[in-house]
Amino acid sequence: MESFLKINLPEDILAQIHSHGEKSYPEEGAGLMLGKDEGKFRTVADLLFLDNAREDAARHNRYLITAADMLAGEKEAERLGLSIVGIFHSHPDHPNQPSEFDREYAIPWYSYLITSVQGGQAVDSKCWRLRDNRAGFDPEEIILSDRNLP
Amino acid sequence: MPTLKIPAPLRPYASGESTISLPGETVAEVLEAVVERHPELKKHLFGDNGQLRPFVNLFLKEDNVNQLQGLETPLAEGDTVLIIPSIAGG
Repeated sequence: MESFLKINLPEDILAQIHSHGEKSYPEEGAGLMLGKDEGKFRTVADLLFLDNAREDAARHNRYLITAADMLAGEKEAERLGLSIVGIFHSHPDHPNQPSEFDREYAIPWYSYLITSVQGGQAVDSKCWRLRDNRAGFDPEEIILSDRNLP
Repeated sequence: MPTLKIPAPLRPYASGESTISLPGETVAEVLEAVVERHPELKKHLFGDNGQLRPFVNLFLKEDNVNQLQGLETPLAEGDTVLIIPSIAGG
């Protein structure tokens, strides 16, 4: 079923996300997607790669971006004339579906792009938005494009 | 009155407001006031146990209020409290 939520993702941006997931393997890698939002359609224009702030033992299946990093991310986005529109993270040897832990800690409005990295290779990414009632996620269709932010 | 800055993801639940002046002498009172004014915000700020969700961080100037007096941190006229989420999952 076609999603009514769409995110425009330049192909080179997705390639960078996949590369980051592969370099982070077997740990989860994460970062921020910066871009513009127009309601049900948003565009990613840049990325901010961040350290996974979880303790060593948990990084294989958990990630954390600290409030301090978010504050810095907000300032960088503002400097670029953009907003933080979402978060990307990888699932080492797991599907690109949100986990219960993802749901519990998700923040509404943000796009959550999840990359499945199998055996060190990025396989595929899917994007999601938390439902208003927090009961689950709605899929957000990824529209791949050449880098061209109007 | 103190003000509360609402991050972009929560503004749809605060009638689009980004900065709200609210009555309160502590951080707790300001939070109580904002969820009274915007009840839809409550489920995204507080868990079912009534506690602040773990990813909700509150800053007063450069300080996380956890480093001050927590939700009982007193506020002065003109103080601004920022809601800054941390992002977690996996």
